[in-house]
Amino acid sequence: MSDFPWLTVMLLVPLAGAALVPVVGAALARQVGLVFSLVTLGVGVAVAAQYHASDGMQFTETYDWISAFGVHYALGVDGLGLLMVLLTAVLVPIVIAASWKDADEGEAGYGALDGNGQGGSAGFIAWTLALEALSLAVFLATDVFLFYIVFEATLIPAYFLIGGFGRAGRSAAAVKFLLFQLAGGLVLLGGVIGLYVVSAQQGAPSYLLSDLMSLDIGTTAGRVLFVTFFVAFAIKAPLFPVHTWLADTTEKATPGTSVLLVCVLDKIGTFGMLRFCLGIFPEASQWATPVVIALALVSIVYGALLAIGQDDLLRLIGLTSLSHFGFIVLGIFVFSSQGGTGAVLYMVNHGLGTAALFLLAGYAIKRRGTASIAAMGGQEKLTPVLAGLMLVAGLATLGLPGLSTFVSEFLVIISAFQYHWFVGAVAVTGIVLAAIYVLWMYQRTMTGPTPEALADPALPSSRDVSVREIAAVAPLVAALVFLGFYPTPLLDAANPYIGDLMSHVGVTDAPPDVTAPAAGHAEEAH
Amino acid sequence: MFLFTEGGHSIPVVDPLGTAGVFSLMWLVIALPLAGAAVLLLGGRRTDSWGHYLGTAMPIGSFAISVYMLLDLLGRDETERSVSQHLWDWVSVGDFRVGMDLLVDPLTILFLLLITGVGSLIHVYSIGYMSHDPRRRRFFGYLNLFVAAMLMLVMSENYLGLFLGWEGVGLASYLLIGFWQHKPSAAAAAKKAFVINRVGDIGMSLAIAMFFVTFGSTSFTVISQGAGEAGDGALTAIGLLLLLGACGKSAQVPLQAWLLDAMEGPTPVSALIHAATMVTAGVYLITRSNFIFELAPHAQTAVVVVGTVTLLWGAVIGCAKDDIKKALAGSTMSQIGYMVLAAGLGVYGYAFAIFHLLTHGFFKANMFLGAGSVMHGMDDDVDMRHYGALRKAMPVTFATFAMGYLAIIGFPGFSGFWSKDHIIEAALVESPIAGVCALLGAGVTGFYMTRLMLMTFFGEKRWLKDVHPHESPSVMTVPLMVLAALSVLGGVLFIGHWIVDWLSPVVGEAPEHALPIPALALTAITVVVVAAGVAVAWLLFGRRPVPATMPIDVSPVIKAARADLYGDAINEGLVVQPGRVLTSGVVGFDHSGADGLVRGGASVVAGAGQGLRKLQNGFVRSYALSVLSGVLIVIVTLAVVNL
Repeated sequence: MSDFPWLTVMLLVPLAGAALVPVVGAALARQVGLVFSLVTLGVGVAVAAQYHASDGMQFTETYDWISAFGVHYALGVDGLGLLMVLLTAVLVPIVIAASWKDADEGEAGYGALDGNGQGGSAGFIAWTLALEALSLAVFLATDVFLFYIVFEATLIPAYFLIGGFGRAGRSAAAVKFLLFQLAGGLVLLGGVIGLYVVSAQQGAPSYLLSDLMSLDIGTTAGRVLFVTFFVAFAIKAPLFPVHTWLADTTEKATPGTSVLLVCVLDKIGTFGMLRFCLGIFPEASQWATPVVIALALVSIVYGALLAIGQDDLLRLIGLTSLSHFGFIVLGIFVFSSQGGTGAVLYMVNHGLGTAALFLLAGYAIKRRGTASIAAMGGQEKLTPVLAGLMLVAGLATLGLPGLSTFVSEFLVIISAFQYHWFVGAVAVTGIVLAAIYVLWMYQRTMTGPTPEALADPALPSSRDVSVREIAAVAPLVAALVFLGFYPTPLLDAANPYIGDLMSHVGVTDAPPDVTAPAAGHAEEAH
Repeated sequence: MFLFTEGGHSIPVVDPLGTAGVFSLMWLVIALPLAGAAVLLLGGRRTDSWGHYLGTAMPIGSFAISVYMLLDLLGRDETERSVSQHLWDWVSVGDFRVGMDLLVDPLTILFLLLITGVGSLIHVYSIGYMSHDPRRRRFFGYLNLFVAAMLMLVMSENYLGLFLGWEGVGLASYLLIGFWQHKPSAAAAAKKAFVINRVGDIGMSLAIAMFFVTFGSTSFTVISQGAGEAGDGALTAIGLLLLLGACGKSAQVPLQAWLLDAMEGPTPVSALIHAATMVTAGVYLITRSNFIFELAPHAQTAVVVVGTVTLLWGAVIGCAKDDIKKALAGSTMSQIGYMVLAAGLGVYGYAFAIFHLLTHGFFKANMFLGAGSVMHGMDDDVDMRHYGALRKAMPVTFATFAMGYLAIIGFPGFSGFWSKDHIIEAALVESPIAGVCALLGAGVTGFYMTRLMLMTFFGEKRWLKDVHPHESPSVMTVPLMVLAALSVLGGVLFIGHWIVDWLSPVVGEAPEHALPIPALALTAITVVVVAAGVAVAWLLFGRRPVPATMPIDVSPVIKAARADLYGDAINEGLVVQPGRVLTSGVVGFDHSGADGLVRGGASVVAGAGQGLRKLQNGFVRSYALSVLSGVLIVIVTLAVVNL
């Protein structure tokens, strides 16, 4: 591995883009933003190409920052980090392309619903790139203090993206988002300080993840600190009952912002649970398992029921994520290879599927001028390609086999069942509820007779997806199908990471009840 | 190879050979229709002019390969008729490995021939039937997708791949029921079918989870070889969970309510998916899992109960429907009930379940396509009260339909006679109550099918004005003729007990069991019962003119049957309404309860409402400062601790 600071470069590219976009102004903002985000993706691909699945944390860069407190500028990437980095780097150019306000096509722009705050403007692009840089830093930081700072810093671009672009009422939604996240951040701050105390007591203080993972924290202190980390991550993810910012935010923000929030930023919650809760507090994580699993199960069912009851398309999609994050947390806390790998895959697949669904819903809303499900209907006849893409994204959300989301959901369900049959039985009701919220939504928005008022083919509602719109979501749909049949690229990154984590936690998989004798032709064949 | 013995007979295990010769092409059987679907659905309007030919060529190609494989299997020794092909590793995590693995054995090959054979005929028929539909290309794309998924279902060597096909056919069924999406009834029926099937999928998902926990694998090979070691409780649970899955896909009580609504789809769909192939997947699942059910007698009893209840349930519904497709759908439900009942009888019934599945595939596809031909001539009217005397206007449709009719009622010599008779016989020995119900069901079948026949083809014209019935074009009638011939001749599969012997390497060999009465006498009784049903129908619908409007003043039994025995009302009252209340309750709670709680907490922290508002405004502008002060606090604290 070369000494080239790949990871720092990966952070600096979008940061430079964010600084440059306001300078070039509105005319070139989108083009510059797209180029910088694609270069970032290129760096991500270069890292992935040089990554060795079995080597653990790599591309490490460690420099002392505040040596008195053991704070470092330390970056590194492991299997989990690599997948999250790639997910982020893939989604940002897609968001920029999908939010493109194309004057030639005469699109009103999503934000035009209240005549203000359009996605695709210079401000939107700049904040998006800033958010990308900070999110990448979160996934790459291997120093807890550095992690905390960038974790908090992501809120600044996120706040401005929510508050600046979207529908009426977005300011209130942004404040609500901020207050929730800030509360989580303050709790986390307590935990970060506590870690220093423990670390300092045992010699030289260090915030390096590798040092903290080998620290003997002690049962009580470990459990207290675990709770502070877990609460912060539960708000971020989100998990019941600290989820209520989610629906308001996704309803008011632009679909592009929602993709960044739900598909990237929220992953920090489950990412943090894996890396910090299980990594630094393995004993406390297992101690808390029953409560966490209960919260996860409630989230799965409660989120799905909430989604069924929504009339706002974007609010509905936001709430499906509450159910999905329940699955991810469940997979993490059943402590098995299948559960852990399932959770990591779920984080990636949810990102792909939900991003497609948000963006396509945005396309549909732009055409109909409303996000109310009851006011839509009959869109399939007007725009069959949009409807078809929407259906594929919806099927991914309900975990249809053949799409990548199925693989992860199935792994989580079987390992939940292995943990306890009752847990698996509750979780599996999620697949029925998901079918209801997706297909009922599709039925009410896309099928049925087309309203007479929309019969004129010159209306925007009759224009099927443009080449740009397809180009933005096609990579997502293609990935959902490809990884559904061939998830090996994801598994190759996730399996060694989860294997290391499980042995760090000290858990081995339960063997099956029956081990069949290999006999007959089967033996000859192999 | 027989690995273990249970209850006096041996249970075969799945133990396939590696691929060689034509079997290295088995992946193509699935890949051809899958490629067809991809080209037609992604190709867009460019493929409009020739899409239906491509779509038809694909299943024909799969059929050719399947025939080739059958010939190869026929030339092999009985113990070497099971072949598997590993395509790639699908999901490998820890010690749990699932491959994209295919299996062709005597059971699978019969399904391959049914799916690709009947499927090809239905594709040909659809060229004519859908010729006026502007979205015909898309229709063929969906049909190809269905065929590929159905082939995956029966060819997978493990339960996860089977589930992939299982959900794939569910998706295709959803797309095709809702093909005419602009009709709200079609869109609702499509969603209903998918959601009810998802309830069944709970069973499938948890069964797969149990396979993982119990055997660490989903492979038929591994599970069948280890099943003897598993606990009784686990096996019974797996059996019941698989049965739940089968109930959904095969429209068995209590998950039957979607099938009648599914008739919203174009008629070739009803013939292919909702009669001949997909709805029989539950029977395949139970037969394929014989190594589980043979060891789980309680689960087998449940299978018998479900099959028996459904065969009567569907038959009663079939008696009261005036919609020709819904009458046939009730009949399908009932006939699959026979198959499920037979599969529940274990080794005595598996072969007959599959035998009846094949003959039913022939005669029911024949009759559904015949019904489509009638609708084609009657301007898409499905109400049999508007039919009558069509035998002269549509002679080919009439003649071919009559072959299907004679087959389903079990007229001696026709295919259904052989297959149904043996199910009744086996049921009477193994489970007398079920056997008597099956016998009764045969009489009811005779009644409702005769009613349908008389109302459609005989009696007076009751046509609405401006309807000019005409025979369908030959692209539609030739497939009808082929299926009619199969309906007549399907019984040849039973010559010399061929199908029983053929399937025995998969399902086992049944020990001799003594009939309470001579077999010939039993056959005679069955024929008499059927004849009685036919006679009653003739008295009510043949001798007397049929009213052109539905009589309102009828007995409660007929009212119940018209309402699908209140299946929808039960679902509505027990599931949908409570679900709606629960959903709105949760939404309300989330707004006032969960959110209120958190908001309230925030207010307290901030010092009540006024303070909160100030805090919000202030915070927003100086947020960066807050983060900075946070960092400052850390540094100060660290300094304090250090000192």
